[in-house]
Amino acid sequence: MLIKSLRAALCAAGAVAATLLPLQSSHAQTEPIRIGFLTVRTGALAAGGKQMEEGIQLFLKERNNMIAGRKVELIIADTGGNPAGAKTKTQELVERNKVHVIIGPLAAFEALAIDDYIRQTKTPIVAPSAAAEDLTQRKPNPWFVRTSTSSAQPNQPLGEYAAKTLGYKRVAIIADDFAYGHETASGFQRVFEDNGGKVVQKLWPPLNVADYGSYVGQLKGNVDAIYAGFAGANGLRFLKQLREYGNKLPVLGSATTTDEGILKQMGDEALGVISGSWYSAAIDTPESKRFVAAANKEFGADPGYYTLGAYSSGVLVEQAAKAVNGKVEDKEAFMKALRNPGTVKDARGEWKVDEYGNPVQNIYIRKVERKGGKLVNTVVKTYPNVSQFWTYEPKAFLAAPVYSRDVPPSKNIEP
Amino acid sequence: MFDKPLAFWLIQSLNSFSLGGLLFLLSAGFSLIFGLMRIANLSHGAYFMLGAYIGLSALRAGFGFVMAMLLAGLAVAILGGLIERFVIRRLSSNPLGQVLATLGISFIIADGCLLYWTGDPQQLATPELLRGVFRVGEAVFPKYRVAVIGIACLFAIGLWLLLEKTRIGAMIRAGVDDMEMARGVGIPVSMLFTAVFCLGSFLAGVGGVLGGPILSVYPGLDTDMLPLALVVVILGGVGSLVGAFVGSFIIGFVYTFGQTLIPDLAYMILFLPMILVLALRPRGLFGRISA
Repeated sequence: MLIKSLRAALCAAGAVAATLLPLQSSHAQTEPIRIGFLTVRTGALAAGGKQMEEGIQLFLKERNNMIAGRKVELIIADTGGNPAGAKTKTQELVERNKVHVIIGPLAAFEALAIDDYIRQTKTPIVAPSAAAEDLTQRKPNPWFVRTSTSSAQPNQPLGEYAAKTLGYKRVAIIADDFAYGHETASGFQRVFEDNGGKVVQKLWPPLNVADYGSYVGQLKGNVDAIYAGFAGANGLRFLKQLREYGNKLPVLGSATTTDEGILKQMGDEALGVISGSWYSAAIDTPESKRFVAAANKEFGADPGYYTLGAYSSGVLVEQAAKAVNGKVEDKEAFMKALRNPGTVKDARGEWKVDEYGNPVQNIYIRKVERKGGKLVNTVVKTYPNVSQFWTYEPKAFLAAPVYSRDVPPSKNIEP
Repeated sequence: MFDKPLAFWLIQSLNSFSLGGLLFLLSAGFSLIFGLMRIANLSHGAYFMLGAYIGLSALRAGFGFVMAMLLAGLAVAILGGLIERFVIRRLSSNPLGQVLATLGISFIIADGCLLYWTGDPQQLATPELLRGVFRVGEAVFPKYRVAVIGIACLFAIGLWLLLEKTRIGAMIRAGVDDMEMARGVGIPVSMLFTAVFCLGSFLAGVGGVLGGPILSVYPGLDTDMLPLALVVVILGGVGSLVGAFVGSFIIGFVYTFGQTLIPDLAYMILFLPMILVLALRPRGLFGRISA
């Protein structure tokens, strides 16, 4: 009886509260801006997740937890690095925590898993890491904006650099056998071959291959360089085995092959690797140096792909929130500001967002060197304002199928 | 497909043997535990990973490689013994519960490693003495891999002597063949269980360190290795040392050559021998009991 009457009283109170809601909305701006943050704390992707958390925490600390005149409430959710977890946590953030914007998730397959849901609920999502090409190409989502890169974006200029500046004619590709590995390697291959180079071999080791020895043993010796497109631990494992076998060929790589997050674990085997990326902790500008020093002071390590991706997401959210005078509750206006922020500035330099939601930014060609006792990605060349479509016409680029194992077709493979 | 130079076959054979050697250290313990206690110990991959991490810390603390291997083996053996005594034993009337408990323990170990050693993939340094390569004509052999094969063979001989030539080995074999009878003739089965669990964990821990310079150590190493141990044991036969030895090298060869010659079917080829064995000879090649 008591419970029943209590419930009735609660319902009544709820009804009264509901009628009062419109009155309260004028006070909405005194409420904090709620940012949901999808990270990964367990499993194989946990290292990247930790760096992402460090990036956003550094940003909020520097802003004293205030953006656009409002306090920020950061709600961190661990997806476990799998699509189902990403979906559940996104729903929680949206429905229970009522976040105004989500930063995350880490992996492309997580981003794809929540794609439909964020369209339905019209939740602005700022992706600090997930690089799948089609998220900002053939299947653009109006509620999605990326602060890092598309997979191929830094590898297309690397293809030109390898052919024109380094003068390589023949390259063997070895890359992780999943979408990110295919897309990075294919972006490289397309531009390299369009500039006269030949990709004469392509190897795709499974993501969880136990031993790279069998692949190293297959790599052709009569090439100018090896392109290594790896993510996570695999770059570390591959490079060690490559040099262990006495292979001394030059190595080209994707951003994640020698990302700062993993470079700190590498040894001499990484020396000389040339990679393309939208960032390097060795960029020689005051803002980059300040950022690197701050990250080192807080976390004792150089920031990399994931750290800056999350930090930049904070920068973008702040810039858009300011543009709408802190009224992030107006989702349409807020999202429009996120997609059209004008010029954004952070440690990588200045960047803009293209009409598909991907940054137009400098791409840095980097070479691993040992400086002051640690390995760094020294910038050897900068390609300014690079689009995800490189120099190709966007319409034609999008009409072609997305990069994959066999796109573009390999005409120069030798048996 | 077969028009490869001789050097290719030599290098890949060496790769097969070195992977086989690692698989032997991993699966010998798994097989003995399975054979004696009838438990598929799903935390075995986690023991392997934990061994690699402990070895990493030992190397960083300045211990030599052999010492790191022994320390890691001992630490994992003690942990294994404790888990057997305090978790698995309490569930002795509930085999499914035991398997689930080992799975749960593997999660706990994996998360513990993540907490302590962080999620960063890490490299175990190859011992100074074993860096560099042997060259035989066109073929190149990293010294370390040759050493791995040698060490694995030493362990195999040691284990064989232990099982075939000692009293405790005879007891273990008796337990594998017929537990009830062994108990009946007064073999202290309870002590034996703990001893075998410690031994199996020890081998996994040593294997983790030995594999470290080739495989690195990273979150997920446990789940990458466990299925390989399962395949080896099903192929070779549960509870059989010879089976684990032969099975490891077969899988080493199938894995390596499958990936190089027919990369698109690499996984299918890995599991194909297992399926054939299950269909035609469910006890495995050398097993005396059915898995």
